[in-house]
Amino acid sequence: MFTIRVNGVEHTVDASEDKPLLWVLRENLKLTGTKYGCGQALCGSCTVHVDGQPTRSCVMPISAVGNKQIRTIEDINTEHIGSLVQQTWQTLNVPQCGYCQSGQIMAATALLKNNASPSDQDIDKAMSGNICRCGTYPRIRKAIHKIAAEQL
Amino acid sequence: MPPNFANTIRRIVSSSLLIAAGLISSQVAAQSPLFQPLFEVLTHPRCLNCHTKTDFPRQGDERRRHAQLVVRGEDNHGAPTLQCSACHQDENVADGAVPGAPHWALAPLSMAWEELSPSELCAVLKDTSKNGNRNLEALFKHMSEDELVLWGWTPGGDRTTPPLSQPAFVEALRAWVDAGGPC
Ligand code: FES
Ligand code: FES
Repeated sequence: MFTIRVNGVEHTVDASEDKPLLWVLRENLKLTGTKYGCGQALCGSCTVHVDGQPTRSCVMPISAVGNKQIRTIEDINTEHIGSLVQQTWQTLNVPQCGYCQSGQIMAATALLKNNASPSDQDIDKAMSGNICRCGTYPRIRKAIHKIAAEQL
Repeated sequence: MPPNFANTIRRIVSSSLLIAAGLISSQVAAQSPLFQPLFEVLTHPRCLNCHTKTDFPRQGDERRRHAQLVVRGEDNHGAPTLQCSACHQDENVADGAVPGAPHWALAPLSMAWEELSPSELCAVLKDTSKNGNRNLEALFKHMSEDELVLWGWTPGGDRTTPPLSQPAFVEALRAWVDAGGPC
């Protein structure tokens, strides 16, 4: 049994110690907004915040979570910047198929919280681990710049 | 110029040529046989890929640039919001696909070992202004006990390991330290 804090709520889950956080979120807690892409930390679709840091939940064993605060896409709009990111994603129609986008939004939110006016280079460094099969990268970049320029 | 002075100059020039030749040949083998086995371990990709002189780590035995444009970052732990720990856990995970060990990070640039000759690497290794202020005994402790160093011998997946076994490395390290760290 492990007790973890997800989106401000404590949950006790019955899971083996090596079960990845991603599958605890999706199966045990039914938080299916976080997506499975590769299971090997290669694509970023499973990105959640662990104490504010974007983390690949597909490779983080539940036993490594401890007291850290997990935040997922389901709750990111409760943060000011998270909700700006989601709104701007809608305004600019950033998603195509959408599969990678919860990971993109988690990564973009963390970037903008850390850096209110990221350069293209800052965006590359922060976002290059989040792969989009649909190639929405130009719209992601545009949305991040728009938020930084107009709202931060 | 008096002839004996010219001779002196000639001697200095030729001896510095000899020293230069010695430096060049030291690219191939360490001058101290006690350092040679250590050099072979420290320049193995498992060690060198994160002891880079670049602003990014490398991966694989071919030492390609780390995928996903991973960068060194100011504190050697990656970009501010794409940290090494975004993927690297305290242990190897995903059936060994993703390597991990405690305090996963690049070595600081002062400890960059890429393209150093054995004598250069030896000097950098011992230089307390570059090595985190470690004397030989502290180096021994770090290199024989640190979990991230030890990961080099349990890298997971089908990754290769350094040419010496870990116990043989510790033995070679002991001999080198006991001899005063000859380069
Ligand atoms: S599913 Fe985790 S990085 Fe791809
Ligand atoms: S929107 Fe389809 S994978 Fe990114």
